[in-house]
Amino acid sequence: MYPDGTEALSDISIRITHGESVAVVGANGAGKSTLLLHLNGFLKPSSGSVRIGDYPLTKETLQEVRRTVGMIFQDPDDQLFMSTIQEDVAFGPFNLGLPRDEVDQRVADALERMGINHLRDKPPFRLSAGEKRRAAIATVLSMTPDIMVLDEPTTGLDPLGRRQIITILREFTHTKIIATHDLDLVLDLCARTIVLHQGRIWADGQTCDIFRDEALLHECHLEKPLSMQGCPVCSAGTPED
Amino acid sequence: MSEIARSLHELNAMDTLAGKDSPVHRIDPRAKVITFVVFAGCVVSFRKYEVSALLPYFLFPAVILPLGRIPMGFLARKVLLVLPIAVLIGIFNPIFDRTVLFSVAGLGVSGGMVSFTSILLRFVLTVVAALMLVAVTGFNGICATLERFGVPRAFSVQLMMLYRYLFVLTAEGVRMSRARELRSVGRAGTGLRDFSALIGHLLLRTWHRAQRIHMAMLSRCFRGEFFLRRPMRLGSADIVFTLAWSSAFIVMRLVNMPQAVGRFLLEVFP
Amino acid sequence: MHMADALLSPTVGGVMWAASATGIAYCSKKVKEHLDERAVPLMGVLGAFVFAAQMINFTIPGTGSSGHLGGGMLLAILLGPHAAFLVIASVLVVQALFFADGGLLALGCNIFNLGFFPAFIGYPLIYRKIVTGDVTRAKLVMGSTLAAVASLQLGALGVVIETLASGITELPFSTFVMFMQPIHLAIGLVEGIVTAAVVSFVWEANPDMLGGLQGKAPAGVMPRKAILAALLAVAVITGGVISWYASSHPDGLEWSIAKVSGKEELESPDGIHSQLASLQDKIAFLPDYSFRNTAEAAESLQGDASSRLGTSVSGILGGSVVLCLAFLVGFILKKFAVKNG
Repeated sequence: MYPDGTEALSDISIRITHGESVAVVGANGAGKSTLLLHLNGFLKPSSGSVRIGDYPLTKETLQEVRRTVGMIFQDPDDQLFMSTIQEDVAFGPFNLGLPRDEVDQRVADALERMGINHLRDKPPFRLSAGEKRRAAIATVLSMTPDIMVLDEPTTGLDPLGRRQIITILREFTHTKIIATHDLDLVLDLCARTIVLHQGRIWADGQTCDIFRDEALLHECHLEKPLSMQGCPVCSAGTPED
Repeated sequence: MSEIARSLHELNAMDTLAGKDSPVHRIDPRAKVITFVVFAGCVVSFRKYEVSALLPYFLFPAVILPLGRIPMGFLARKVLLVLPIAVLIGIFNPIFDRTVLFSVAGLGVSGGMVSFTSILLRFVLTVVAALMLVAVTGFNGICATLERFGVPRAFSVQLMMLYRYLFVLTAEGVRMSRARELRSVGRAGTGLRDFSALIGHLLLRTWHRAQRIHMAMLSRCFRGEFFLRRPMRLGSADIVFTLAWSSAFIVMRLVNMPQAVGRFLLEVFP
Repeated sequence: MHMADALLSPTVGGVMWAASATGIAYCSKKVKEHLDERAVPLMGVLGAFVFAAQMINFTIPGTGSSGHLGGGMLLAILLGPHAAFLVIASVLVVQALFFADGGLLALGCNIFNLGFFPAFIGYPLIYRKIVTGDVTRAKLVMGSTLAAVASLQLGALGVVIETLASGITELPFSTFVMFMQPIHLAIGLVEGIVTAAVVSFVWEANPDMLGGLQGKAPAGVMPRKAILAALLAVAVITGGVISWYASSHPDGLEWSIAKVSGKEELESPDGIHSQLASLQDKIAFLPDYSFRNTAEAAESLQGDASSRLGTSVSGILGGSVVLCLAFLVGFILKKFAVKNG
C-alpha cells in the first residue's frame, strides 16, 4: 500500500525455500519493485507478514534481515555512493561492526569474486555500466548475505556485460530473487517464475511451463523469450524440418 | 558543444589529470596541500606595488606542471576564463592612482599601473597553483587531507557525496538541457517559465535519487555513522618536497631576486 | 560575485577563513544533533544538483542576456539553515578547486558571503517571517524573492568590505559600493524570481519537500544573539583592519613611493635597528606598520630620481631574466618528462 492509498499489491502469498532461484516477471507497474521492497523492510505489508528464515520481519529483526537479504538496486549509481569502489564494498561490513582486518578480508574476497580487483581504487563514475553492476553486487557480497535480491540486473548492459553478470549469478549458491524483463536471463538462471500482473500473482510455477503458455504471457504484456521463439530465418530456410 | 556540456567536459578533464601517475602525483596529499598553502600565503603577502619579486614564484608551476604531466594549454584556458574578475577590480587602480613612480623610455609609469600588474600576477599565480594542486592531488586526496586536519566528519562526508554525484547529476542536467535545445527554436523555451519547470524537474529527480541512495545505505545496515579509512603514509620524499619548496618560497619572499640579478647585470654590463 | 585570492590580504583572508570554519564546525554539530541520517545523501545530491542547475541557462526577460541559478536561498528553503550552510560551503569548495572560482584563500570570504547571509539572515529573518501559517503561492514568491535579494545585497557588501580591508584596490569605498550594490540588486532580483519559481513548482509537485527535513529540528533558527555576536565580531575585525590600514598610510604618494623604492632602506647600513626594522617590514603580513621608521621613509622619498629609476630598471631586467629561467626549467623538464613517459 502506498501512502496515497494506491494498492500496489494484494493477495501475495509466496514461499521461497533455501537455494531456490526465482524470477519475478511482469509488465511495467505490475508491482515487482514494490514486492522486492517488502523483502528488506522498506515497505510494510498492510496486512499479513513477511518472514525471512525463522523469524518475522519486525523492527527488532530489521538489521539482521537486512544483512541476510542482500538487495541490489536497479541503478548502480544509487548503490555506489562512496568515492572509491573499495570504500563502497567496505561500507556494509563496517556497519556490521566487524574488525578492520575482517573487513579487509571480505572486501578482497568480494572484489576477487566479481573479478574487479583492478578497479578497487577507482571512483564509481569512471566505471563502465557492466563494471558498475559487478561492483554493486560486490558491495552486497561483502556482507555475506544468504539471499540475493536483484532488481533488473541486466538493464542497460551491452551483450558482453550481460553475459558476464549471468555467468557470475549462475555460480552463486545463494537463494536468488530476480525481478526482470529479460526473459532469456530467466530461462538461463531461474527454475521457477512468478508472474505479477496488476498487483496480483497471475502465475507461479516452473519457468518452462510458464513460458510455453502463450495466452498467459500475452495477457500479462509479456513475450516468449527469443531463444524459445525459434529462428524464423532458419526455419524458413529448412522447410523439410 | 553547449556550455553545460563543456563544463562537464572540463570537470572530467581535471579529474582525469588527477588520476594520472607521476612523481608529483605520488607525493602525499598532505605534503602538497601544505606546500600550496605556503606558496599562496607568500604570494598574497607582498605589498601592492610589488611586481619583480613575484616573478620567481613562476618557478613552482614551471617545475610542477611538466613533472605532473599537466598540459599548459588546458590550464591557460582555465585561467583566461576567470581572469576578467581580476581585471574588473584591478582596472580601477590606474584610474585612481596616477602618481608617476618612474618613467621608462620617456613614458611615465603610474602607481596604479604597477599595482594593477601586481594584481594580475598574483591572480595568475594563485589560480594556477590552485588548479595545479587539484590536478596532481585529486579531490579525494584533498578531502582526506582536510579530514586529517580536523574538518568535521559531517562536512567531509558532504564533500565526498557532492563530488560523487556531481558527475551523475551534471550528466542528467546535460541530457535535460539537450532535450530542451532540440525542441526549442532559437530562444524559445529558454524563458523563465520553462527554465523553472526544467530545474524543478531536475530537483524532483534529485530528491528521489536521494531517497534511493538512502535505501541503498539502509539495506547495508547504515546507522548514521560513516566509517572512512584512507591510509596515508608520509615518507621522507614528501617531507623533503614540502620543506624544500616552502623554504624556497620564504627565501623568495625575503630576498628580491630579480632586483639583485638585474643590479648585478647592470654592474657587469653597464 | 566571488572574491578572488588576488584581491585579498592574508589577514582578511585568514579572518574570514576562521569565521567560515567556525560556521562549518557549528553547523556540522547542529546537523548531527538535529537531522536524521536521511539528510546525508540528500545534502550530498542537492550540492551536486546546485552545480548541475548552475550549468543550465535561461534568458533574462527584457535583456536578452542569460543567467543561472545561484541556489543559496533555494538550499536554505529546502534544507534549513545549518544543512544549507554546509551544502553551500561544499559547493564553493568544489568551485574554487575545479573552476578557479575565487581561489582557496578567498574561500573563507566566499563561504561567508554566499553561505552565511542566505542561511542565517535571509532564511530565518525574512523567508520564515513571511511564509507562516497557511502557505500560499503569494507568500512563497514574496518570501523567497525578498530573502534572495537581501542575502545578495549583504553578500555584495561583504565583498566590498573585504576587498577594501585588504587594501589592494584603489577604488574608494563609496564608488565601489555604488558599483556593486545596484548590480547585485539586479542579480538578486533575478535570483529571487528564479528561486520563487522553482519553490512554487516544488510546492505544487511535492509540498513535503519544503522544510521537510526540519521535522526534528527545533525551529532551525540560529539564536538571534549568536547572529548579532557573529556580525559584530566580523564588523569589529574588518573595521579595525580598515582603520589600522588607513592610519598607516596617511599620504598615498609618500606611501606608494616608499613601497617601490623600499629596497633602499635595506641597503642603507644604518645599524642594527634599521636592519631589524626592514626585516620586520619584509615579513609583516600586513605591509608596513608599527616599526616603520618615518625618517627613513622621508629620506627615501627625497632620494634622487635617478636611483629610483635605477631600481626599477634593474627590477625589470632582473625580472625578465628570472622569468626566462623559470620557463627554461619548465621546458627542459617537459622534454625530460616526454622522453621518460
